[in-house]
Amino acid sequence: MVDVPYDTIAGVPPAEVAEVELYHPKSWWTRYVFSQDAKVIAVQYSITAMAIGMVALVLSWLMRLQLGFPGTFSFIDANQYLQFITMHGMIMVIYLLTALFLGGFGNYLIPLMVGARDMVFPYVNMLSYWVYLLAVLVLVSTFFVPGGPTGAGWTLYPPQAILSGTPGQDWGIILMLASLILFIIGFTMGGLNYVVTVLQARTRGMTLMRMPLTVWGIFTATVMALLAFPALFVASVMLLLDRLLGTSFFMPTLVEMGELTKYGGGSPILFQHLFWFFGHPEVYIVALPAFGIISDLISTHARKNIFGYRMMVWAIVAIGALSFVVWAHHMYVSGMNPYFGFFFATTTLIIAIPTAIKVYNWVLTLWRGDIHLTIPMLFALAFIITFVNGGLTGLFLGNVVVDVPLSDTMFVVAHFHMVMGIAPIMAVFGGIYHWYPKVTGRMLNEALGRFHFWVTFLGAYAVFFPMHYLGLLGMPRRYHDIGETAFIPASAHDLNAFMSVAALIVGFAQLVFIFNLIWSLFKGKEAGGNPWGAASLEWQTPETPPGHGNWGKELPIVYRWAYDYSVPGAARDFVPQNEPPAKLSPQGAHP
Amino acid sequence: MAVAIILLLVAIASVVFHLFSPWWWTPLASNWGYIDDTITLTFWITGAVFVAVVAFMAYCVFRFRHKEGRRADYNPENKRLEWWLSVGTAIGVAAMLAPGLVVWHQFVTVPAGATEVEVMGQQWQWSYRLPGKDGRLGTTDARLISADNPMGLNPDDPNGKDDIVVQNDDLHLAIGKPVKVLLRSIDVLHDFYVPEFRAKMDMIPGSVTYYWFMPTRTGTFEVLCAELCGAAHAQMRSKVVVEEEKEYHAWLEKQRTFAELSGQRNVAKAAYKTGSE
Ligand code: HEM
Ligand SMILES: [Cu+2]
Ligand SMILES: [Cu+2]
Repeated sequence: MVDVPYDTIAGVPPAEVAEVELYHPKSWWTRYVFSQDAKVIAVQYSITAMAIGMVALVLSWLMRLQLGFPGTFSFIDANQYLQFITMHGMIMVIYLLTALFLGGFGNYLIPLMVGARDMVFPYVNMLSYWVYLLAVLVLVSTFFVPGGPTGAGWTLYPPQAILSGTPGQDWGIILMLASLILFIIGFTMGGLNYVVTVLQARTRGMTLMRMPLTVWGIFTATVMALLAFPALFVASVMLLLDRLLGTSFFMPTLVEMGELTKYGGGSPILFQHLFWFFGHPEVYIVALPAFGIISDLISTHARKNIFGYRMMVWAIVAIGALSFVVWAHHMYVSGMNPYFGFFFATTTLIIAIPTAIKVYNWVLTLWRGDIHLTIPMLFALAFIITFVNGGLTGLFLGNVVVDVPLSDTMFVVAHFHMVMGIAPIMAVFGGIYHWYPKVTGRMLNEALGRFHFWVTFLGAYAVFFPMHYLGLLGMPRRYHDIGETAFIPASAHDLNAFMSVAALIVGFAQLVFIFNLIWSLFKGKEAGGNPWGAASLEWQTPETPPGHGNWGKELPIVYRWAYDYSVPGAARDFVPQNEPPAKLSPQGAHP
Repeated sequence: MAVAIILLLVAIASVVFHLFSPWWWTPLASNWGYIDDTITLTFWITGAVFVAVVAFMAYCVFRFRHKEGRRADYNPENKRLEWWLSVGTAIGVAAMLAPGLVVWHQFVTVPAGATEVEVMGQQWQWSYRLPGKDGRLGTTDARLISADNPMGLNPDDPNGKDDIVVQNDDLHLAIGKPVKVLLRSIDVLHDFYVPEFRAKMDMIPGSVTYYWFMPTRTGTFEVLCAELCGAAHAQMRSKVVVEEEKEYHAWLEKQRTFAELSGQRNVAKAAYKTGSE
């Protein structure tokens, strides 16, 4: 058979593990609030991210109401619409998805999956959360300051971001930039933890090539984030200086509402390069953890090893590396030197290859599996559909000349919602249904979960699939009201109304999900330690939910990869990673 | 079973929607039919992949769903299969990229005979400038912008004297003549976007960007701004009228040059001054 790393490790020494120095909580206060336990921090991150995510969700309803029924809601005008899209986009991408995948899933799963007691720097890890919370509070405060939040679009392009023609020019933009700066500081503290923990704190036998793909995804995404966020950091600082001190990093000589300003000599395009040098990797920062999670969900619930594990790892690493040389595909029509288009279109389309490999390997994992259509599995299937759909439309937008008519239209909005909105959210939901039993000891309610799944998946698809065609028609994005436009037929307005109704229904289903989270905490079925029969290490903890230090007295020893499902000859259809190989395995085909 | 059918229906519904959608690109009015062709090709390739992946998934769900006593295969890798799939994907990608780059090369190569037309964006309106008899546009500078000189033309530049300035009005173009559109902004980013022409490009304060196209159909086409430019972004509209050469020249005759406009304004101002004294 093939030489995947499920071989036995010869001579693992007996597990004598000294008690690691962990800060043990002395009071309720340090146990639940200023906790240094990665698992508590993970829950804090997740709850905060989901709370702020609800704000973004409500904003999406307001935007959809406006788009579906323009002119009906007097409380939404052009300025507010712009403020809504900006806050919605920024929250969804950074404060919800990035925080949830890395701060939430990362904190919870990394130590458990690699067999560590905790993150390596628990104190810094705790600080990371509190700085993140501060960033969120600063962000929320912009709703209440004079002038309201910024309406510059989530891309915050100067000059308009800091000029008076854009809402939120007073305080909104300043606080937005301050909040981003805080977020990056907070993230860096957490990110260093995740990386060092993966590299240094793996338990014995847990080689890199035995780590579950979830860890690979989160690890690679974190490395990328550590390299990409600094670009956003400097861009934010420079823009802040332009706004507050009148420097001209991004500001050429220009006229503001008929008056010549004092600015001069700066380059607006420079900001775009910095922004997208962060912004494109950011897409993969939310995609790679999702890739990892989906791989593990599919494998576990199809009772079959992930197909092509090594290829999957290399694909993750290749995508991570390549994603740093494609950023300017967001700038094909920005006015940069058009000859860059040749280079960036080529690199962008090359990324499609490792990405496609991932998709093939997911569906090939299903082949001849034993597919349990549990809720995590359903979300994984929905992830594949939405991700493939959004990935394929990426081939339109990445192919420079095709992007020309489509850029800045609703086609783009549809594309990125599929690929980095809906698909990662499917992974988040799948992941929550999958790991909730480990976190709380109880299962989420099945009926509510199925309802939530079908409404969310089909509803979101109904919102965003037809949207591509409005973009093809030429409907621009970030328009609060397309108004009388010769080439837009009346039927397009009906389609918009339909999409809005679908979006409201999807939104409602999220309330059911929140209810399920709370209700199941008290009333959910007892889960036991390993309800899905999963092989990876986090399901093998001595207690559920795992206690502080995760593993009781002895750290586990790992003997195999995380995907030993349905191994021929084994009694059960899964073999936990820490189960020692049978002394005399029949043919040696499997240890 | 139900799940497999629903998955399959999602794919089928997407294809049916695509085929029967009344929402499709606007009829082309420029030479960029190649762009449409590349989009069509991309739709075919990606559509096939989408349907294949979803159908395969649906089949697996149908065929290999859990039943009492089923056990999955153990099958960690298959180098050959993975290799073939990668090569196949690479070919598909190249099939889209190659024509795309060829057309992009045409897009960035302005034909020698193209006439220059300048479009200037500002919050929230469009202005146009055409070279006068000398065929050349004069230089500009944002610092020169004033009520008299809203486009900031350099009054000392002889090339600019006969430039035709079109403010608060439609732009006219002659059919069948390639134009190089020079794009400029005096405040924030804008984007001169006419869906029927397929081309677009951002306008950046402090630099001049461009694209070229050739109008191939007469008519009046709506101009939109495609780069967020502040509160009235959605209302920043104008029109382009494409007409036959003769009508175009008739229109051109009626337009004012920069010299006329500024001269006239100065005269008007002077008259006002003397009048009030
Ligand atoms: C059902 C859920 C959602 C709905 C109905 C929705 C709806 C919308 C709408 C109507 C817009 C504005 C389109 C425009 O006029 O340009 C928008 C923008 C955006 N959305 Fe969503 N959205 C949803 C979920 C998400 C998610 C999960 C993400 C996470 C990535 C996301 C990220 C964004 C971004 C980045 C923008 C662009 C903002 C900008 O143009 O500056 N959305 N969304
Ligand atoms: Cu990108
Ligand atoms: Cu504009």
